[in-house]
Amino acid sequence: MAAKLDLNRVAMPKQGPLLRVLNFQEVALGYTEEQAIAEANRCLQCPKRPCVDGCPVEVDIPEFIKEIQEGNLAEAAKILKAKNSLPAICGRVCPQETQCEVKCTLAKKGAPIAVGRLERYIADWELADIAKRRPQFIASKPSGKRVAVVGAGPAGLTAAADLAKLGHKVTIFEALHVAGGVLMYGIPEFRLPKAIVQAEVDYVKSLGVELVLNWVVGKTITIDELAKDSFQAVFLGTGAGLPMFLNIPGENLSGIYSANEFLTRVNLMKAYLFPEHLTPVNVGERVVVIGGGNVAMDSARCALRLGAQEVRVVYRRSRAELPARLEEVENAEEEGTIFQFLTNPKRFLGNDDGIVTGMECVEMELGEPDASGRPRPIPKPNSEFIINTDTVIVALGTTPNPLIPATTEGLETTKRGTVVADKETGLTSRPAVWAGGDLTTGSATVISAMGAGKRAAASIHTYLATQVA
Amino acid sequence: MEIVVKQSHQCQCQSTAKGALDLIRLAPLEGFSVLERQDLAPKIHLLRITAPAIARKAKAGQFVIIRTDETGERIPLTIADWNQDNGDITVVFMEVGASTMMMATIGVGDCVKDVVGPLGVPSHIENFGSVVCVAGGVGVAPMVPIARALKQAGNKVTSIMGARSHNMLFWEERLDNFSDRLIVTTDDGSYGRKGLVTEPLAELLQNETVDRVIAIGPSIMMKFCAKCTEPFEVKTIASLNTIMVDGTGMCGCCRVNVGDTTKFACVDGPEFDAHQIDWDLVLARQRTYLEKENQALKDSKWRAFEKILVNIRG
Ligand SMILES: Cc1cc2nc3c(=O)[nH]c(=O)nc-3n(C[C@H](O)[C@H](O)[C@H](O)COP(=O)(O)OP(=O)(O)OC[C@H]3O[C@@H](n4cnc5c(N)ncnc54)[C@H](O)[C@@H]3O)c2cc1C
Ligand SMILES: Cc1cc2nc3c(=O)[nH]c(=O)nc-3n(C[C@H](O)[C@H](O)[C@H](O)COP(=O)(O)OP(=O)(O)OC[C@H]3O[C@@H](n4cnc5c(N)ncnc54)[C@H](O)[C@@H]3O)c2cc1C
Ligand code: SF4
Ligand code: SF4
Ligand code: FES
Repeated sequence: MAAKLDLNRVAMPKQGPLLRVLNFQEVALGYTEEQAIAEANRCLQCPKRPCVDGCPVEVDIPEFIKEIQEGNLAEAAKILKAKNSLPAICGRVCPQETQCEVKCTLAKKGAPIAVGRLERYIADWELADIAKRRPQFIASKPSGKRVAVVGAGPAGLTAAADLAKLGHKVTIFEALHVAGGVLMYGIPEFRLPKAIVQAEVDYVKSLGVELVLNWVVGKTITIDELAKDSFQAVFLGTGAGLPMFLNIPGENLSGIYSANEFLTRVNLMKAYLFPEHLTPVNVGERVVVIGGGNVAMDSARCALRLGAQEVRVVYRRSRAELPARLEEVENAEEEGTIFQFLTNPKRFLGNDDGIVTGMECVEMELGEPDASGRPRPIPKPNSEFIINTDTVIVALGTTPNPLIPATTEGLETTKRGTVVADKETGLTSRPAVWAGGDLTTGSATVISAMGAGKRAAASIHTYLATQVA
Repeated sequence: MEIVVKQSHQCQCQSTAKGALDLIRLAPLEGFSVLERQDLAPKIHLLRITAPAIARKAKAGQFVIIRTDETGERIPLTIADWNQDNGDITVVFMEVGASTMMMATIGVGDCVKDVVGPLGVPSHIENFGSVVCVAGGVGVAPMVPIARALKQAGNKVTSIMGARSHNMLFWEERLDNFSDRLIVTTDDGSYGRKGLVTEPLAELLQNETVDRVIAIGPSIMMKFCAKCTEPFEVKTIASLNTIMVDGTGMCGCCRVNVGDTTKFACVDGPEFDAHQIDWDLVLARQRTYLEKENQALKDSKWRAFEKILVNIRG
């Protein structure tokens, strides 16, 4: 272990910005073994483990890092996977700077241990030769109980994996033609390669979980039918897939996309390979993205890769309030995204063919903090101006799809459309129905959805023990 | 570019099913097998596909989304018929672009990769009194189950079906079966009455009491049906065929202005009050990918593909 403080955080190799805007390959390339060990060696193995408090699923961070220091990668993987079933994904997409890394003792010195990068390193090492490296899982005795999991996003996949390990027969129902949820249709290839998501989905299937695609619960089958028909428990992990719009004039003009549509076309339907893949997407010369979260960054960076001359992110607060993962903001900036802060759209302008040509905006200034604790943006009088644009991507956030609540009697929801579920167990107002992930919280994070899936699985297991098969 | 034309989507799945759990068992892993193909008119084809879970739930006015193969688009098609006992559904589609051309290569014994549904809100069916069903082009197919349901509910059903020319007409007898009266028009006068569907529609509205009009066909036809019925203040329903991606309310691609509000055609529709629809916007949004679609068709792969299609088409 390092004798004195080593504040040289090992940088992760990346594709250069000029090259990477020309492709959809992964931007961050991952540590080499030397780099991983060098970074691991900086860890102080703090007895109080402050970093662990920052992780929503309490990964045993010092312990797995210690194994890297000693070159025991298989052991490191085992420790990691005990708490986090999707480390290759979390290592890439967790907002570490507000979770594990911010709590690291070395963060005070400005050089926290790169926990996410190390996590990714271990997970990728394991994935590189899964057959040999992934520990063979010994199934529990079959319980004879069946659980239906609705939605194959991180929440559903995690719940399904845990329940299968406990011996229950699990069937996942997924509305789309692939599993993975936002990991597949939202987050782009260059940030999270789809092969990695697929490998994790395959792992869940290898545990005996049955995956039924192309089933829209609420349409193809209802919760009542599932509950009546042989499933003793149901877990809902259908996410928050309903896009929000600004509700300002001109928003339905051609050329204005919700981020969900834009990203689904690009990622799920592979519009970047058009016409090899038949789903098109239009990216004009001047693209405007409205919003400041991960979704906005992903949209902007996809637009750049699809040939836009200018991509402008319009955000109503300032840089300090950007909710996106820091690394992605920096990447977007390096790639040439223009940020226009303190600006809010008022209406869209279009031509005679019904195609968007511009956006009228108003300048904002920051006032007192609002309910979210962030300064409230206030419009400046008479500061209206116009941005010319031919493609607009609205990335304001999402709320849960009302389909399941609307077709499930007795499932309580909030005013925001989220399903009410117990924070600890995930149990909803309907007996034998649990819920977790974005469906209960609104748009949040991959790791929090996984945490909810884990807790619900534990609660379902306890409940099933009280049921006769 | 390498030319990859899959003519066969050979399929292992086989099924006849009941109960929900059996249906899951049968949820095809490799694809949905095609049991029957008919070429109804030039570039208009019928496919009957194994989809027991969808057949069990389908109602008039609902649609499915089909993806032919791994590189295909998700294409919305109305369920033109279904059979719960056999566990199959029927769709009728017209070749208008690359994806529907791809679909036209599928034959009996092949598989389509994905079928999901039934999606959308079923047609509102009750005894309205006298109903006029106006179907244009390929819109005849989705109209048949609606006319059938309206008839069963006790309505007096008058159907008007129109096509460009006699050889483009199909399912005249089927629609006639569920109609008290059937009027056929062709643009060129090669069969039935010469002219557009709106002409007999206007006469009916002038000469008798009509309680409701339902229009399905090209957007421009539905727009003019709405214009035609507006002065008579007869409630008119149009079934929109907006561009879609997921079909479950997730992307907002299918949004339309109805009255003063934004609606998603896939979950709030596809049927809406035709007098409230902002038709210019519908038409503009439908044109969004014209350039791209043409580009796809100019691609060398598709030029070669067209030639193959000529041999397969009916
Ligand atoms: C573009 C984008 C970028 C993001 N970037 C990050 C990031 O960098 N880091 C991070 O931590 N988080 C990020 N997030 C947030 C994160 O992806 C989500 O919080 C997380 O995926 C939620 O998981 P979930 O399982 O609750 O839902 P989802 O991932 O939304 O999965 C829900 C699944 O349920 C399916 N479904 C929905 N309705 C039905 C139905 N009726 N029947 C059957 N199936 C249904 C959906 O098709 C989907 O597959 C991002 C989100 C987006 C959109
Ligand atoms: C709810 C719903 C139900 C539908 N039901 C049917 C159906 O039962 N049978 C059927 O044939 N089609 C139906 N459609 C339309 C069908 O989905 C489209 O024709 C198809 O997606 C076109 O795909 P493509 O890639 O082959 O053509 P594209 O290349 O996408 O389109 C080629 C050109 O045709 C135009 N076009 C697209 N759709 C239509 C249309 N419907 N009528 C006239 N021009 C069009 C496009 O604007 C474009 O200019 C339905 C659409 C919806 C939303
Ligand atoms: S799961 Fe996320 S928050 Fe937890 S240790 Fe890993 S990167 Fe950090
Ligand atoms: S707080 Fe930082 S230095 Fe301390 S054990 Fe955790 S990761 Fe290592
Ligand atoms: S097709 Fe995506 S919301 Fe309707």
